[in-house]
Amino acid sequence: MKNFLKKLYLTLLLIFMYAPIITLIVLSFNASKSRAKWGGFTLDWYINLLSDEAVAGALINTLTIAILATIFSTIIGTFTCIAMIGLNSKLRSFIMGVTNIPMINADIVTGISLMLLFRFLHIGTGFTTILLAHITFNIPFVMLSIMPRIKNMNFYVYEAALDLGASPVYAFTKTILPDLVPGIVSGALMAFTMSLDDFIITYFTKGSGFETLSTLIYNEVKRGIQPEIYALSAIIFVVVLTLLMIVYRVPSSKTKEKTNEK
Amino acid sequence: MGKDLITLRNICKAYDGTTILDDLNLSIYENSFVTLLGPSGCGKTTTLRIIGGFEKPDKGQVIFDGQDITDLAPNKRQLNTVFQKYALFTHMSVAENIAFGLKIKNKSDSYIKDKIRYALKLVNLEGYENRSPESLSGGQQQRIAIARAIVNEPKVLLLDEPLGALDLKMRQDMQYELKRLKEELGITFIYVTHDQEEALTMSDHIVVMNQGYIQQEGSPETIYNEPENAFVADFIGDSNIIRSTMIRDELVEILGAKFACVDKGFGNNKPVDVVIRPEDIELVAPEDGTLTGVVTDLTFKGVHYEMDVETCGRELLVHSTKLSAVGTKVGIKVDPFNIQIMNVPVSEDEEAISETV
Repeated sequence: MKNFLKKLYLTLLLIFMYAPIITLIVLSFNASKSRAKWGGFTLDWYINLLSDEAVAGALINTLTIAILATIFSTIIGTFTCIAMIGLNSKLRSFIMGVTNIPMINADIVTGISLMLLFRFLHIGTGFTTILLAHITFNIPFVMLSIMPRIKNMNFYVYEAALDLGASPVYAFTKTILPDLVPGIVSGALMAFTMSLDDFIITYFTKGSGFETLSTLIYNEVKRGIQPEIYALSAIIFVVVLTLLMIVYRVPSSKTKEKTNEK
Repeated sequence: MGKDLITLRNICKAYDGTTILDDLNLSIYENSFVTLLGPSGCGKTTTLRIIGGFEKPDKGQVIFDGQDITDLAPNKRQLNTVFQKYALFTHMSVAENIAFGLKIKNKSDSYIKDKIRYALKLVNLEGYENRSPESLSGGQQQRIAIARAIVNEPKVLLLDEPLGALDLKMRQDMQYELKRLKEELGITFIYVTHDQEEALTMSDHIVVMNQGYIQQEGSPETIYNEPENAFVADFIGDSNIIRSTMIRDELVEILGAKFACVDKGFGNNKPVDVVIRPEDIELVAPEDGTLTGVVTDLTFKGVHYEMDVETCGRELLVHSTKLSAVGTKVGIKVDPFNIQIMNVPVSEDEEAISETV
């Protein structure tokens, strides 16, 4: 009985959480334009989507920004973490606290403050400002996934490499970097995901005439919801879900190895 | 003894204002097994890391084979280290670990292969080439770490508490293994440990350290039998340290009774510290003893009995294979050779400094 209640609770929880998304996905295959009636299965909305130039343009923008933001934020985040190896733990946790603020901060506050900063610096809104904004909010995510590896690292391994005649750079690439790679990969995937599905910060920093998928959907919805939007949202959901599942896979596989060590 | 291979001159090192090493001078002879022994925080590991090049001394020089290597990077030094926590490269196989240093030196593949086989044979792990370090036990990992260091043919092998993470049985086996390796390789070993038994078993030369100062140097026998101060006496093995009076040469008054001894030159009627090892106290019939006492505690230790004997308001620790039951009145006798006289330190600072070599 207790078991049954547990399962019931979990099922209800999942239904409440995922009912809206399931509705969306179901409607994206609905032949009828009505939201209340099932008109049979169709892939028309997905096909229409592919031939929609505005969507294609927004998709390219979204991907370009996500990829570039991921690359830059991963590089900056990784180097910051490596530099923090040399700091004492007090200074290290202070810097971690400061870099975490954009992550905890409400997106709308981050978005508006970035917009104001760009205005103040006379940086024209558009592609560049979105990219800069995305790099900014991605860095903490990258650092957050690399830092735990640095905290648990056995630095004797680095000294051992030096001891065996390796130059500092060679010793670093052979000992510290391999340990960081899983953290870097999951950080990059996390950054990519965050960048891909961001709306609020993008909205405030994009200016006019430049659309990403999320801002495009928002504009379309204002004009009246088209079933194509369901299809587009469903695709974004599936892509983000897949990426997140990969992100959570990466560190868990590594912790397994760690426990084997002991 | 051979010639000096490593000389430390006036080494000083402090971290955040705390002095770790203060004007340390030490010579290490070629082809010797030297152990730096002391409690944690005594500066032994820092000394080793300065020799390895992982720390720079604030002051002083490190001379290696006649050359000043104080500012030389660790990867340029002709010595290798075995670290406390193995520090194996976990993403490489055993063979790749051992080959690491040789590949950097651009040795040929066949040379590297031969060396790996030779090194694995030396540490009794033949056939482990393709294993992952993580699949090995602690003792095996430490052997791989040793193999990885010695294939580079260093003149000196530094060992930083290499047996610290192993269990007792494994530790004892490895002690003999290390001694054998040292003989086979014919190189200098500098070994750091806080375990006095390890130091006595393996070393040719022991350097006892405390609070950044060398307390005493010498062979294991000298350190054990003739400790120069209370710290060394107390740290190496069990001992009874008793504040006494040196009446004149070869006569000392301990707990009110006069004992013959063999030490001279401490002056007349001067306070001294006397060290008597628990196994050197003989329990005899009360009328035959220089002092009399009562057994207050008895513990069976396997090889011997450990007894507490109360005499003149003091407890003395006695090891004997003969049992004297609790409550027995006993006489206490000590052979003159087994009474070790030490100067009384005037201040605590002097206690730390008193390195009369």
